[in-house]
Amino acid sequence: MLAYAIRRIATLVPTLFVIITLSFLIIRLAPGGPFDEEQSLPPAVKANLDAAYGLDQPLATQYLRYLRGLAHGEFGPSFKFRDFSVGELIAQGLPVSLTLGLCAILLAIVVGVPLGALAALRQNTAVDHGIRGIAVLGIALPSFVVGPLLALVFGLYLNWLPVAGWVRGEPRYLLLPAVTLSLPVIAYVARLTRASFLEVLRANHIRTARAKGIGELRVLWRHALRPSLLPVVSYLGPATAFVVTGSLVVETVFGLPGTGRYLVQGAINRDYSLVMGMIIVYGSLTLLCNLVADLLYSWLDPRVRHE
Amino acid sequence: MNDAGARVAGGLWADAARRLKHHRAATISAAIVLAIALLALVGPSFSPYRYDSLDWNHVAVPPQLANAHWLGTDRLGRDLFVRTLHGLRISLLIGLMATAVSLLIGVTWGAVAGYVGGRTDELMMRAVDVLYSLPYIFIVIILMTIFTRGNVYVLFMAIGAVGWLTMARIVRGQALSLKRREFVEAAVVAGVGTPGILVRHIVPNLIGPVVVYATLTIPQMILYESFLSFLGLGVQEPLASLGSLINLGAREIESAAWMLLVPAGFLVVLLVCFNFLGDGLRDALDPRDH
Repeated sequence: MLAYAIRRIATLVPTLFVIITLSFLIIRLAPGGPFDEEQSLPPAVKANLDAAYGLDQPLATQYLRYLRGLAHGEFGPSFKFRDFSVGELIAQGLPVSLTLGLCAILLAIVVGVPLGALAALRQNTAVDHGIRGIAVLGIALPSFVVGPLLALVFGLYLNWLPVAGWVRGEPRYLLLPAVTLSLPVIAYVARLTRASFLEVLRANHIRTARAKGIGELRVLWRHALRPSLLPVVSYLGPATAFVVTGSLVVETVFGLPGTGRYLVQGAINRDYSLVMGMIIVYGSLTLLCNLVADLLYSWLDPRVRHE
Repeated sequence: MNDAGARVAGGLWADAARRLKHHRAATISAAIVLAIALLALVGPSFSPYRYDSLDWNHVAVPPQLANAHWLGTDRLGRDLFVRTLHGLRISLLIGLMATAVSLLIGVTWGAVAGYVGGRTDELMMRAVDVLYSLPYIFIVIILMTIFTRGNVYVLFMAIGAVGWLTMARIVRGQALSLKRREFVEAAVVAGVGTPGILVRHIVPNLIGPVVVYATLTIPQMILYESFLSFLGLGVQEPLASLGSLINLGAREIESAAWMLLVPAGFLVVLLVCFNFLGDGLRDALDPRDH
C-alpha cells in the first residue's frame, strides 16, 4: 500500500510542474498585457508599471522568480486588485469554496449511494424508473439553470431559504448552493451505484452468503456494499473536477465570496498573476483529490496495488 | 474493389439507419433537434424585431401576442423571441464547429498515437493524461484570458481545443486493434507508407465510434459555450447565446421569470435530445453491445 502511494505521489509532482510551466508560458507569451486596456497610458508610466511587476525582465528570469515565489507560497501581486496579493485573495476565498465543494461531494455520496442501491433493489419497479428518470434530468440540467430555478422556488415563492449571500457559520446560506452543485453528482453517483449493485447482487459470493442463511440486511451491508462502491470511488476524481468547475457558476449565481469569482474576474481583467495562482491552486486541488480517490480505491480493492 | 467496398459500407449504414428508425427516443429527438434548428434559422425573419433593436415602449413585458413580442422582452426592450433564436443559432453553430475542431485534433492525435505506437504513443497519450487532470474549463479560461474576448471564432477554437481528449483516447484504442488486422498488414507489405495507411485504412474504419462520440460531443460543446457565456467569458453583447440569456434571466427571476425559463427550456431540450440521439446512434452502429 505504501509503495503504491509513493509511486502515485511521484507521478503527481511532474504533472503539477507541467501545469505550472505550461500556463506560465501560454499566459506570458500571449499578445497583450494587463495594462493594455487602460486608455492613453503614457509610455513612461507603462514602462514603470511593467518594471514594478517585473514584466520587463527576460522570460526565463520571470519564470525563475515566479517559481521561487511559489516555493515560498507567494503568488505575486494581483494586477487589478491593486492592494492585494494573489495569496491574500485566495486565502480569503478558499475557505468558502472548500466548504461548498466538500458539502457538495458529501451530499452526493450520502444521497446518491442509497438512491442507487434502492433503485437496484427495486429493479424495474416504479421506484427504479422514478430514480432513473430523475438521474437523467439531474445530469442533463446544467447548474446555471438549476441554481436560479431553486432560488426562484425555495427562495422567492416558498421563502424558506435565502436567495443569495453568505454569513459565516450560517448553514442556511450554504444549502441551496451545495444542493445545486451536487445535483448532477448525486445523479451520476446514483446511476453508478445502481449499475454496480445490480452486478454485485448476481455475484457468487452473495448467493453463497444468502444460502448460508445470513439475514438480507447483513448480506447487503457486509457483502454487497463494498464491492459495489468501487465505481463510485473511481468517479470521485472526475467528480472533484466537476465540482470545482461547477463552483464557478454556483458562486456567481448565489453571490458567494469564494475563489471562483476571482478566476472569472481575473480572466475578464487579464489579471495574469491571479489567473495563474487560481489555476495552480485548483489544479493541485484536483490532483490531490484524484490521489485520495486512487488511494481509497486501492484500499478497497487490493488488486490494483499489484498491477 | 471500389464497388465492393461501397456495397459493404452501404450495407453497414443501411443497417444502422434501419436500427436507428426503431429507436423511438432517438428518432423523436432527431426530429426535435431538426425542428429547433429550422426554427433558429427561419424564425427571426417572421418577427418585426431585430436581435439588437430596442423597443422602449415594451420594456420587460411578459410573453404576449398583441405586440408581436411572442416571448416577451428584456430590460432593454429587446425582443426575446428573436434573441433566443439568435442565441440558439450561435449555440448550435459553436456546438458543430467546436465538435469539428475536436474531431480533427482528436482523430489525428489518436490515430497517429495508436498506429505509430511505441515512444510516440506514450508521449502523446501522456500529454493527454496531463491535460485530462486539469478541469477542461481552466484551459478555456486561459485561452479566453489571452485572446480578445467576444470573438466567436476564438471561442469555438478554444472549446474545441479542450474537447478532443476523450476522442483521442477512443480513436487510439480503435487504431491499436485495427493495426493488427490483415488488410493493414497487407498494405504494409504492399509498400504503402504510414500516412497513406492512416488516411486510407485506419481513419475510414474508425467512422462508427467517431460518429457516435461526435454526436455526444455536440451537447457537451453547447454546454461549455453556455457555461462560458453565462460567466461572461463567452459571447459578448449585443450578441446573445443561450448561456448569456440565462445569465440575464437569472438576474431578473424575481420580476420576470420568463427571461430565465425561455432560454433555459430551449437549452435543456436541446441537451437532452442530443444525448438521446447519441445513445440511439450507439445502439444502431454498435449492435454487439446489445
